[in-house]
Amino acid sequence: MNYFKTFTNGLLKENPTFVLMLGMCPTLGTTSSAINGLGMGLATTFVLLCSNVVISALKKLIPDKVRIPAFIVIIAAFVTMVQMLMEAYVPSLYDTLGLFIPLIVVNCIVLGRAEAFAAKNNPFASLLDGLGIGLGFTFALTLLGAIREFLGAGTLFSYQIYPENYGMLLFVLAPGAFIALGYLIAIINKLKTK
Amino acid sequence: MKKLESTFLNMTVVLTCITLIAAAGTAAVFNFTQKPIADAKQAKQEAAIKVVMPGASLIDQVDTVNNQRVFRAYDAENNLLGYAIESDELGFGGLIKMMVGIDTEGNLVNYSILSHSETPGLGSKMDKWFIEKSPITGISISAAPLTVSKDGGSVDAITAATISSRAFLSAVNKAIATYNVCTELDAQTPPNKDAEIMSDTLTDDSQEVVIPQDSLQNIENQIVQQ
Repeated sequence: MNYFKTFTNGLLKENPTFVLMLGMCPTLGTTSSAINGLGMGLATTFVLLCSNVVISALKKLIPDKVRIPAFIVIIAAFVTMVQMLMEAYVPSLYDTLGLFIPLIVVNCIVLGRAEAFAAKNNPFASLLDGLGIGLGFTFALTLLGAIREFLGAGTLFSYQIYPENYGMLLFVLAPGAFIALGYLIAIINKLKTK
Repeated sequence: MKKLESTFLNMTVVLTCITLIAAAGTAAVFNFTQKPIADAKQAKQEAAIKVVMPGASLIDQVDTVNNQRVFRAYDAENNLLGYAIESDELGFGGLIKMMVGIDTEGNLVNYSILSHSETPGLGSKMDKWFIEKSPITGISISAAPLTVSKDGGSVDAITAATISSRAFLSAVNKAIATYNVCTELDAQTPPNKDAEIMSDTLTDDSQEVVIPQDSLQNIENQIVQQ
């Protein structure tokens, strides 16, 4: 198995947001600014990494019929840990992401990778897969957040680029998420077919 | 090693073990983060009090008046500066929580939004709007109740966010009402001036909390009297 390919797979070729179209709810909900997207992406990456490794290590011990509840319990435990750590050390980010952190439990990317990859491969490959997919997700969310923040509020990572009055507020609001995501996917598909 | 069969016993044992280990793990992280979480919350609260009551170096313990938490702020000489009142109101997207500072002369000093879920870019502007665009800071509470100009008041609502503005002003009005109750209560029974220092983080490193000698003497006298 080519470990390098396993890692790069998630970044672009199987990017969870742009190609697999998984986890759309947090993608649209949290990307009102680049920093929120980055925070959400990194939190998901951490959960994905831990759950992939643990599930891969335990795959022989988990009987097939109870694998979904077992996976969910493992994922939920890591999500709860991330939630408590964020509340303790980055309270401002925790306040903005709020509800979306516990919702990582039911993020289909995490369970999807557990089912499709970690349950079939060794822990090291699962670690790389989790890292690749997680960083791909982080990249997608940060990019989308940056575009929405730039067009909507005239800032990038909270740094003012042009006066806020000229921003299109629409992009910070929910419809802007759909518009920006749609165009991003169109561009990526165009680049991929070349 | 072969994969475990899906027998009833295997399933029960494995699932029980996994949930137990998961519970132990989360409990460990909970113990570890409990203090930092409480500290972060307190630091946030103290920062908000500092914003609404600049110069406060001693904060009295919490009182609950009208279901609102009230903090008395004292300067370094132990004089009462004013009250920081935690107020809230249901806004457009959810509960708006804020800290409102009113000094002893009955002037609104400042406010600080603790949490809100108003629309980003519209209602969320309230953290600066009522300081910069249509200031309510510095005005006397005799102008209460504050209302937006649409309702015949003197405060300009945030553009395209009248509901958020109304909720904001309603929370300020609630704080003013609480303030009036507090001053009455304090007029009857003067507050204990030997305020408690909530934590070191309240003061900048540059300015140490100095409790004047005579107030220390007061504390000693009181203890002797008791």
